[in-house]
Amino acid sequence: MAQLSPAPARLTATDIAVARGGRPVFAGLSLALAPGGALRLAGPNGGGKSTVLRVVAGLLSPLKGRISWDGTAITDDPGAHARRIAYLGHADALKSALTARENAEAALAVAGRASPEALDRALAALDLQRLADLPAGWLSAGQRRRVALARVVASGCPLWLLDEPTVGLDAASVGALERAIADHRTAGGMIIAATHIALDLGAGDASLDPGAFPWTAAASAFDEALV
Amino acid sequence: MHRFANPTRFFRIANAVLPVLAVVSAGLFASGLYYALFDSPADYQQGDTVRIMYVHVPAAWAAMACYATMALAGASFLIWKHVLADLAARAAAPIGAGFTLISLVTGSLWGQPMWGTWWVWDARLTSVLILFFLYLGYIALVNAFDDPDRGGRAGAVLALVGAVNVPIIKFSVDWWNTLHQPASVLRMNGPSIAPEMLLPLLLMAGAYFSLFGVMMILRLRSLYAGRRLRQLRLAAASE
Amino acid sequence: MSPFLAVIARDLRLARRQGTDIAMTLAFFVVVVALFPLGLGPTPDLLARIAPAVLWITALLAAMLSFDRLFQQDSEDGGLDQLVLSGLPLALLALAKACAHWLTTGLPMLVLAPVLAISLNLAPDSYATLVATLALGTPVVSLFGVVGAALVVGARRAGVLVALIVLPLLIPVLIFAVSAIEAAGAGLPVRVHLLFLGAILAGAIPLAPFAAGAALRQALD
Repeated sequence: MAQLSPAPARLTATDIAVARGGRPVFAGLSLALAPGGALRLAGPNGGGKSTVLRVVAGLLSPLKGRISWDGTAITDDPGAHARRIAYLGHADALKSALTARENAEAALAVAGRASPEALDRALAALDLQRLADLPAGWLSAGQRRRVALARVVASGCPLWLLDEPTVGLDAASVGALERAIADHRTAGGMIIAATHIALDLGAGDASLDPGAFPWTAAASAFDEALV
Repeated sequence: MHRFANPTRFFRIANAVLPVLAVVSAGLFASGLYYALFDSPADYQQGDTVRIMYVHVPAAWAAMACYATMALAGASFLIWKHVLADLAARAAAPIGAGFTLISLVTGSLWGQPMWGTWWVWDARLTSVLILFFLYLGYIALVNAFDDPDRGGRAGAVLALVGAVNVPIIKFSVDWWNTLHQPASVLRMNGPSIAPEMLLPLLLMAGAYFSLFGVMMILRLRSLYAGRRLRQLRLAAASE
Repeated sequence: MSPFLAVIARDLRLARRQGTDIAMTLAFFVVVVALFPLGLGPTPDLLARIAPAVLWITALLAAMLSFDRLFQQDSEDGGLDQLVLSGLPLALLALAKACAHWLTTGLPMLVLAPVLAISLNLAPDSYATLVATLALGTPVVSLFGVVGAALVVGARRAGVLVALIVLPLLIPVLIFAVSAIEAAGAGLPVRVHLLFLGAILAGAIPLAPFAAGAALRQALD
């Protein structure tokens, strides 16, 4: 249990067990996050960092356990939970044919969070103004990652779920990301980031290694479901 | 339903039932084929060719029953997420495809002397052919994924979509057939059936359905063993 | 703009930007139709006789080629996760995808088909019915395509697979559409055929997005 701050937790996950492709990933994982909190997911490859993010996002149903937001299970209203979340996956979710700005605009419009001002600020924060009107297909991997991050920053969602956000980023961009994370937390936002580099999430962040919650005999009641 | 959801208990019962069912199936086939081939009257119109019906018609029934089994097992897998339901749906598919194929081949063998050609786009044959396509699509889909669970769930949704569509397809094919039917073609079954023909037909139907049961248990066992093996290998690799 | 419309707008914008995708589907439609006179000989009577079937079957095949646009790219580049996290119910997401697909595939084929029908010497009385069957039938094709495309997300050889599972389900559409056009050519009433097509569409509009939503849900897990 990673208790992160004295404030009451807003997001809680209790006793989560997950299997992927008939393979146990982890069991008995719990976490809690209060407004302004940050959680770093660490650990080796295959430890389940990405899986934790997808489960918290509601993209993946756990075999067991409960995730709640302000005490209400996220499965009660998956749509409402989805709208709280800005998710950055492995892939950048950019369309090569659209410009960087159009990509972010389209994604935000689909999420019902279109705000030109917020997008302008986010593009500026990640130093993308000059690249914003180029097709995403022309950008380098690191530039594409920044566009995807700008989408997260501009979303205004209270919970950011970032899967290896720093892949391909240079030192200056990592600094910009850290500032954006600090602003987000100051405004009461929460963040869970899977990363194995020294990304500074700010003061009071906690660390969790899903691999430290192995599938043990205690969880063998689920073996049947995994056959 | 949930009483059988435990694989150990399920296979204890299934293994006890298996030899009984196998003997019943063999007995029904022996007696059914005897009546069908030797101790039933030839049709006044079709002659001895009618004997193909005793192999053909129950195969078509069993093929449809397999599809229903597959769709129901798929629905239970989606609702209760139990692996045995997925395995049952997967087990039923190739068996159903096999029965469908038997039905098509025997229908074609029957059609040769009756119609003078191996294949006629008769409404029934066409419907069965489309059923065969549905089986092929299902089998291709469930095996197209690296994650067996993903394949099983996709297959379950497809089986249900197919089940909703089967009556529409059947209706449209009948409609198409009445539009294009050459008037002289003999229908496969008359409206009524003589009692001495009904007995072998029912025996053969019982034989096919018990054979279906036997093959279901055998396939379930082998599919379950395959899953178990996969799980053990993955567990061994992550030690 | 509501998320539902935003999904449609996004797909339309993408389709416009990647215009060659649509152009290829339509070019396939035209080229395959043109192969029939080349294979059968330019006999006007024969072509007129097979024109309804040729147009519809070719339209179905061309549509099969377009289904990989629906979810395949989105699933590979992570866009599908973003669409799901829009909070839009998955059935509505599927319906939006079907609308965008119809606007970019069904509608252009609807416009092209009468022109191609001229080249096949279709009976003059059949044109209105041809357009009517396409107007009722191609939305069904898009709806079933969304179901098929959602089922094969992440599958090997997804393009062939989707055709294998969707084509048998579209047989009723083919039968009623072609019989309607043939009936019109023979001067027979077409109303009942069109009513059947309309009934299939009316059934598919609620049911297909529901099934596609279930399939998408399974695809994410």
